[in-house]
Amino acid sequence: MALQSLDIARRSATTTPAPGVRETAKVAKLIDVSTCIGCKACQVACMEWNDLRDEVGSCAGVYDNPVDLTAKSWTVMRYAEVEEKGRLEWLIRKDGCMHCADPGCLKACPAPGAIVQYANGIVDFHQENCIGCGYCVTGCPFNIPRLSKEDSKAYKCSLCSDRVAVGQAPACVKTCPTGAIQFGSKEQMKDVADKRIKDLKERGYAQAGLYDPPGVGGTHVMYVLHHADRPELYQGLPNDPSISPLVSLWKGFAKPLATLALAGVALGSLFHYVTKGPNEVSKELENELEKEDAK
Amino acid sequence: MIRNPKDLQRYTASERANHWVVGISFILLALSGLAFFHPAFFPLAQLFGGGVWARILHPFLGVLMAISFLAIFFRFKALNVMTPADKEWLNRVGEMVDGNDHNMPEQGKYNGGQKMMFWALAVCMLLLAVSGIVLWRAYFSFPVELVRFGAVIHAAAAAVMIALIMVHIYAAIWVKGTIRAMWYGTVTRAWAKQHHRAWYRQVTGK
Repeated sequence: MALQSLDIARRSATTTPAPGVRETAKVAKLIDVSTCIGCKACQVACMEWNDLRDEVGSCAGVYDNPVDLTAKSWTVMRYAEVEEKGRLEWLIRKDGCMHCADPGCLKACPAPGAIVQYANGIVDFHQENCIGCGYCVTGCPFNIPRLSKEDSKAYKCSLCSDRVAVGQAPACVKTCPTGAIQFGSKEQMKDVADKRIKDLKERGYAQAGLYDPPGVGGTHVMYVLHHADRPELYQGLPNDPSISPLVSLWKGFAKPLATLALAGVALGSLFHYVTKGPNEVSKELENELEKEDAK
Repeated sequence: MIRNPKDLQRYTASERANHWVVGISFILLALSGLAFFHPAFFPLAQLFGGGVWARILHPFLGVLMAISFLAIFFRFKALNVMTPADKEWLNRVGEMVDGNDHNMPEQGKYNGGQKMMFWALAVCMLLLAVSGIVLWRAYFSFPVELVRFGAVIHAAAAAVMIALIMVHIYAAIWVKGTIRAMWYGTVTRAWAKQHHRAWYRQVTGK
């Protein structure tokens, strides 16, 4: 959202560097899935702080409500019932934007300044520049952005960039009653995660670990998972996500090359004309036909 | 130029109108599409009232072009069937490009190059229309893998089609006496005899 006072490090559809002399610490939100109780206070806080009131849905037979992210629900709790070693495990994951260091949405976006990455790592949508094409949805490896049916703009979690800009933690962090969501510098959050993972390992979760996928350059929203070897257990959290090669091809080197090729065709035509001259109807033929007419 | 009553009719008014509906929609599509193609072209969106309007209008223009292209496709399909003479012409296209067209094999209404253009444009058009629907999020929703694939196809087919149309326009500019066929429908007999001799003999009976 606008009204921010954070330095912008990267801007969609912009080929020149952003102002970058100031050094800003990278921030991160750490979601400890193992201490989450699924109370949805974070969902409420997100609605409250961001002035979002989604349609009241209906029960789909599970706790997930709303059942999916929408333009007005920027975070949802996803509940998975998994049987591990004969025991039921209720894995609850707060889903929302992961704030990738290498954001697929920003890479795909054709509108200058509609998606920005602040120097602190937060990826934010500036809806006033959004043209509503949905390319961000196409680019995202986590299926996060949603196009609003009302205004055709894309929305997602802003990591409360307006709060962070004034030294506050995101609303979900502020409200979490168990401390399962924490916020701080990325380094600090990694340290917190390390302690927690060590604890989990001692408690029998040998595969406990941090979800900070390197395929997208790491993320500024990280999870502590009891089963870090199988993130897909947590309602389809992608294992080793990265920007699709098709998106890289589409938005990478192919387009500058195609642009050069088109320029080549245009200039080639011009110089063909300049060097070879026009292909004119021969005077002989014209005269021949005129003679016939005169007969 | 005074129009000679002995000029040959190359296109009917309805064929010309059809061509220009395709042509105008193509130009508008290329300009609005390039705006999303690469940031260097984004300022082109201003021609349509900004990025949002370009995004809204582009697919509707696409529908217009697809339908009008389909009409032109069926009008000219039979005339663009490749013959052995066309292959011979294509093998010697280098001489033509070099500016020496005197020894080129005799051509009907369309030469091998024009026929290649026709079929290449038809393929691009088909790819653009199908992939365009996949990308049209305002009305359609497809699995993201398909949308990603569609985005690559759409951009690639569009780039090829823009290049083909550049060649198409340049050929019309280069071969003097050609563009009038698409403005008011006629060409001179000498033009026809030089560039499309078989067609000249067919329509004049000479």
